[in-house]
Amino acid sequence: MTDLATLPALLVVLPILAAALPIAATIINRRVGWSVAALALAVEAGLTAWLASGVYADGQRIVHRLGGTELARPDGGYAVGIELVADPLSTLVAGTIATVSLVVLAYARQAGPRGNGFYAGYLLLTGGLMGVVLTGDLFNLFVFLEITGIATYALVATGDRPQAAVAALKYLLIGTVGASMYLLGVGYLYVRTGTLNMVDLARVLAGTATWGEGTWLAEAGALYAEPLVIASVAFITAGLGVKAALFPLHVWQPDAYQEAPDTVTIYISALVSTAAAYALLRIFLIVFTPAFFAETPVAANAFLVFSVTSVVAGSLLAAAQRNVKRLFAYSSVAHFGLILTAVGVAVHPAAGPTATRFAIYGAVIHLVAHAIMKAGLFAAAGSFAAGVGARTVASYAGLARVRPVIAGSIAVLGFGLVGVPPVIGFLGKWYIALGAISAGLWPVIAVVLASTLLSLLYVARILEKLYFDRAETPEVDQKDHPATDPTDSAVAADGGRTALPSLGMVALVAGAALLAVASGFAGAEVTTAIDPLVEAVLAGSPEVGTNA
Amino acid sequence: MIDLLPLQVDVLANRYSYVVFAIVLALGLYMIIASPNLVKQVIGLNLFQTAVFLFFVSSAYVVNGQIPVIPKDATGTFVSPLPQVIVLTAIVVGVAMTAVALALIVRIYDAYGSLREDAIREVRADD
Repeated sequence: MTDLATLPALLVVLPILAAALPIAATIINRRVGWSVAALALAVEAGLTAWLASGVYADGQRIVHRLGGTELARPDGGYAVGIELVADPLSTLVAGTIATVSLVVLAYARQAGPRGNGFYAGYLLLTGGLMGVVLTGDLFNLFVFLEITGIATYALVATGDRPQAAVAALKYLLIGTVGASMYLLGVGYLYVRTGTLNMVDLARVLAGTATWGEGTWLAEAGALYAEPLVIASVAFITAGLGVKAALFPLHVWQPDAYQEAPDTVTIYISALVSTAAAYALLRIFLIVFTPAFFAETPVAANAFLVFSVTSVVAGSLLAAAQRNVKRLFAYSSVAHFGLILTAVGVAVHPAAGPTATRFAIYGAVIHLVAHAIMKAGLFAAAGSFAAGVGARTVASYAGLARVRPVIAGSIAVLGFGLVGVPPVIGFLGKWYIALGAISAGLWPVIAVVLASTLLSLLYVARILEKLYFDRAETPEVDQKDHPATDPTDSAVAADGGRTALPSLGMVALVAGAALLAVASGFAGAEVTTAIDPLVEAVLAGSPEVGTNA
Repeated sequence: MIDLLPLQVDVLANRYSYVVFAIVLALGLYMIIASPNLVKQVIGLNLFQTAVFLFFVSSAYVVNGQIPVIPKDATGTFVSPLPQVIVLTAIVVGVAMTAVALALIVRIYDAYGSLREDAIREVRADD
């Protein structure tokens, strides 16, 4: 097992080291960036597949102890040093990251941006995301969140227009305040418990720590009702809520998604907020566990109100948008609200074992499903922008006849957002609704079901324009995009629709649509993969899967 | 309230660094929100982060604590080095963040000729 145990560290280190190569290689060759990134990410995907084969073989939990195994867990089983953990939950998300990184890179070859610096940032972002997903230490999570953040800010700023820099700075200011709040929450927890390791924290909080005989730990009991612990939950939720772009902490997100180059938008919309939502899911389920929320039901209710508001507000704001990228950005606000609603249901005191099980299924499936669907939709929006210069909903009129494959994929993925079977978006919403129903949380059920109609509000607008608007020449909206954007004006000058989207772009869009449908049939496989997480949460154990 | 009074006196007399932490945190946040100048917003961000560092460092202070280089068979109170390490790491992260922020501000200034948010918004509205 020693081979497998080194993999989590390799997955984090490889992209970060490789990120230095494109910049160094600039001295020799300016065009080498893509090849370096492709090689590194192909190896990364291979390693992830290897790790997944080990983890899913029998629901194992593979731990890598940084700094060697000698000092780790010396007596009584508390961790010294940082642990990287690959368990059935983190490996699923790591697999999503590896796949999306590789596929979006294929898209970037044609769509650009092409500088070596871009690929360095791209690899750094991949490494940071892997770290967020694999780490088992709360402070380490902060460091990786910030690595992800820095890479994202830089990538957003690579947009052509100066507005991109303004959007990136806004993102940086808000994102860093969020990360600092998270750090403060971690600090409160550390001051109270004396540990940063997620597993140890869960045990100290529950009062089941097996070490610290003769110290305060032995007679402390459960710490769930402590003011410091409750305050830390609030800070961590606010901090990660900023990163996951929950309403009303989402204000950085539409600008960043709109101004970033199309490739970057695909990548960050699919993965960056996903990593933050994953972190929140993991901390709530594994560290604080439903037992904390049973002690403080107010926290569970407040969290549900917070995420449910995000669903409604995000959908309504999305329906009001004219720019397609902004529309999808607000739709992400709604969908992360839905994912965290599921987390809120899973930990809610009203939820029995069945409700918790369904809600966890729903949260994890929708987390991955949203990444696939949003990547495909932003890629489709990017190909329309590159091919026909269409960036607003109005300018999509009649495009289904010009670009049938991309329009068809938008339809499939859009139905996925709405939650129409057999697209995977249905599966996630189905389980979330089932969870809410078994828990008997009627206001939540109403919102989850209404979210379907609300998604239809904006998806139907796009589909109606694409398929049923018979405008002869799609009007390219020049107001949103003045002549500063060279590709746009060039396309508009020679009458539009001459530039064909590259094969890679179409393949990515259609591939995302096919994957979204195919994975909609893989419900049983996915739920089996998540089962160890459900068992761990239900048993109140902080370790997901069996120890290798 | 009578019960709380000794606690408040104790906090102000012996644990005033936590009070400073809260004040600096609020100041930094207010600066980010209220100042129209982008550079001042970044300074506010730094204040905000520094306040969090101050919290960690104050929490690690132990009366009569010794540095955690522990000889064999030593007795006495030793200080946990972890909060200091955390703050060091977080400072590095903060420096990197400030560098990126300032680089973005340079680009914004080149494009708009101003560091004030309201002026930039006017230029954008004219576009």
